[in-house]
Amino acid sequence: MLRTIGLTKKFGGLTAVDNVDFTIEKGMITAIIGPNGAGKSTFFNLISGLHPPSGGKIFFNNRDITSLKPYQTARLGIARTFQTTHLFEQATVLENVMIGHRLRTKSGIWDAVFKTKRLKREEKAAREKAYEALEFTGLVGTADRLVSDLSQEEKKRTAIALALATEPQIIFLDEPAAGINPEETEKLGQLMKQMVSKGITVCLIEHKMQLVMSLADRIMVLNHGKKIAEGTPDEIKNDDAVIRAYLGGGKSA
Amino acid sequence: MSVLFDSRFLSSALLIFSVLFPFLTDNQYFLHVLSLAFIWAIAVYGLNLIGGYTGQLSLAHAGFFGVGAYSAGLLMVKGGMNFWPALAAAVLITTVLGFFVGLIALRTKEHFFAIYTLCVGYIIYLIIYKWEGLTEGVRGLIGIPSPAPIGPITFDTPQSQYYLLLFFLVFVIFIMKRIVHSLIGRTYMAIRNSEELAETIGINAMKHKMISFVLSTSFAGLAGALYASFVRFIGPDIAYVNIIFDMLTYLIVGGIGTLSGPLIGTIFIVSVSQSLQFLEELRMLIFGPLLIALIIFYPRGIAGGIQSLLHKRKKTLQIRKGLRQSAAVEEGK
Amino acid sequence: MDTFIQQIFNGLTVGSVYSLFALGLTLVYGILHIPNFAHGALYMVGGYITLMMMTHAGLHYVLAIFISVIVVGLLAVLMERVVFYPLRNTPPLQDKIAAIGIMLFLEALIQFIWGAEYRSMPTPFGRVVEFLGITVTTQRILIIAAAVIIMLLLYLFLKKTMTGAAIIAMSQNREGAFLSGINANKTAMLTFFISGALAAVASSISAPINLVFPGMGHLVILKAFVIIIIGGMGSIPGAIIGGYILGFSESLGAAFISNDYKDLIAFILLIMILTLRPKGLFAREVQ
Repeated sequence: MLRTIGLTKKFGGLTAVDNVDFTIEKGMITAIIGPNGAGKSTFFNLISGLHPPSGGKIFFNNRDITSLKPYQTARLGIARTFQTTHLFEQATVLENVMIGHRLRTKSGIWDAVFKTKRLKREEKAAREKAYEALEFTGLVGTADRLVSDLSQEEKKRTAIALALATEPQIIFLDEPAAGINPEETEKLGQLMKQMVSKGITVCLIEHKMQLVMSLADRIMVLNHGKKIAEGTPDEIKNDDAVIRAYLGGGKSA
Repeated sequence: MSVLFDSRFLSSALLIFSVLFPFLTDNQYFLHVLSLAFIWAIAVYGLNLIGGYTGQLSLAHAGFFGVGAYSAGLLMVKGGMNFWPALAAAVLITTVLGFFVGLIALRTKEHFFAIYTLCVGYIIYLIIYKWEGLTEGVRGLIGIPSPAPIGPITFDTPQSQYYLLLFFLVFVIFIMKRIVHSLIGRTYMAIRNSEELAETIGINAMKHKMISFVLSTSFAGLAGALYASFVRFIGPDIAYVNIIFDMLTYLIVGGIGTLSGPLIGTIFIVSVSQSLQFLEELRMLIFGPLLIALIIFYPRGIAGGIQSLLHKRKKTLQIRKGLRQSAAVEEGK
Repeated sequence: MDTFIQQIFNGLTVGSVYSLFALGLTLVYGILHIPNFAHGALYMVGGYITLMMMTHAGLHYVLAIFISVIVVGLLAVLMERVVFYPLRNTPPLQDKIAAIGIMLFLEALIQFIWGAEYRSMPTPFGRVVEFLGITVTTQRILIIAAAVIIMLLLYLFLKKTMTGAAIIAMSQNREGAFLSGINANKTAMLTFFISGALAAVASSISAPINLVFPGMGHLVILKAFVIIIIGGMGSIPGAIIGGYILGFSESLGAAFISNDYKDLIAFILLIMILTLRPKGLFAREVQ
């Protein structure tokens, strides 16, 4: 479904992502793990188009998306969340999530000024889509609350709901379980499984190994920007290179 | 009680009051001050659209105000044009200039954008100041005619000018309201909130920032053109840094990123400064610290403060309602 | 040819002032990421303090500058404590607006105390000398010499002392500097002091060839922003080189293009740079 060939990103003298070949299969949960500073988030940024790659290619459904901007990849069906949620704190959960449907709407400034039928129709659609996403993430009860009043975990789910409101085919989650408790982590795992059963492919960066090992169908391990291993959880657990990277090989492991 | 806070009720009451205002006072001076405040409010709405809602602090808007004022003034004084086509042309000129400035300026972000637009504003000022052959430079442009009559309606009394300006202000607020309360306004706020996040949910930030910026410059141009015809004299000073600071003060005091903020802030500060007029340029002795204190302790301004107060009220009401419900359930058992 | 050498010399004079002034701005930006629009007001206050120390208190020029440096340095520290420190975690919009507020407040204050008129500053270095075939005043030689000496001292301070190293470390990596136990508050205050002091020197040495008035900081601060964008926001050598680049382009532009529009050169330069490179001339891509 998504494939990178020789994907590389250099920042000045530092190579953050180094010649990574990687494939994400449709309908699976894929995890990317690795020590801090291994280039995981940068890898996400390259795929979503936030940074232009220094080398290599990215294909999505066999289409070359290497040079696309984030808003273009989003329209193709690639969604993502960030480590920090960046939500609009002074607005309600619903208002935040509604905007996720914006990319499927066409209304412009004239529609707003003249309050056209198209705008009304599209706003209704955005509201419905947002409710759908809130229902899916179990947030309907908080729809009218301000984001600033939410717990950290609820904010994270709101961010996921926002990503889902874009109607993605694939969703990239950057450390979704960071800073939330074990019980909530388990629910989050359930949520990801539900996404897959709804036909959304999931790819996540995560440090919580238990979650990754129980959830992921495939795992890629990055270290210093290089792919050092790839395989099923069992294969990864027994991989020498991975063990080395985690047990003292990496400088910040 | 709650009907008093209903925004539709409040705005209709305000509108009726402002329509009746000329009948309530014989004081021409009040009328003049309020008319002037309306003009500034239009420009501040422009600043609020790009700065408050879209999150791009443009410091060039005094310059655009000046461009609007000088375009209208020159077209009328030196081009012999009638007010109405001159007004339209002035808005158009400002908008076109805004488009080209935006095309480059909006590629820069945050500090760079502020500095870039500050420099653009300064260049506009410098050109107005130095290009004496066209603008009369520091002598200023005098003898700008009042708005021309439309058929039987004339605009030569303070009252009629007041209504004309009120009309434009209501028009601008109406457009702002429609934008802000729609998906389009939410798009701008999403960009303000985090351009990165907005992009990754499929929003073409550059395109939307462009539209917001260009529209905001046309508001500034409109305000400038109206100013030229209302005050009938303009000098390079109207494009200077002090003006952008005045606008920012109105905006911050009223509430940046709120619909009523520019109106509240502008009318409040303009009337207060009229009573402090003996201070003239020294009014910054008071406004400077006032603004800094506001930013530190009360960054959301008057309108923002009322908003969060209302929200708290709503929340406590909801909680109370919830308690009552659960109490009822208890009783029912 | 004579005009050319004369203009090169002028460029060197003006560039020295720009560099000194921009250095303070870039130091503050490097550490706190504040585009300090009030930096121009510090320059203005510096000029006034020196002038008033000379005319009212009858002090010698050099002594007056010394007092001005201390006063403006402390004023900058006060600014950091009272305004920028409380705003350190707010959206970037706020500190910019606050900085503009400080600027206009200080201008109004000075105007309130000493009036709005343009004043000239006397100088004991008014002699005219022949130098490499061109005529110059000793004041201009003083400007260049003072600027070079101060820049050297600043360089030594930043490179050779622990406190200086802390400033550099903090400007390169804020979080890292916190972790390694640098007292961020102290470093920020010190940086503001240095920036104020540099602004005071810059205005005091240039005032005798310009004029002293409440709005004297406006053009200078705008140009300083152009300079640090040319040189890279936060870069110290960049501010120095950028200052001289602008000084030379202005003095040559004034002589060979148009004296009336020489102030536009900086902004046209800026627009060209930001058009081609929206993140500045020497911006590095960061992760």
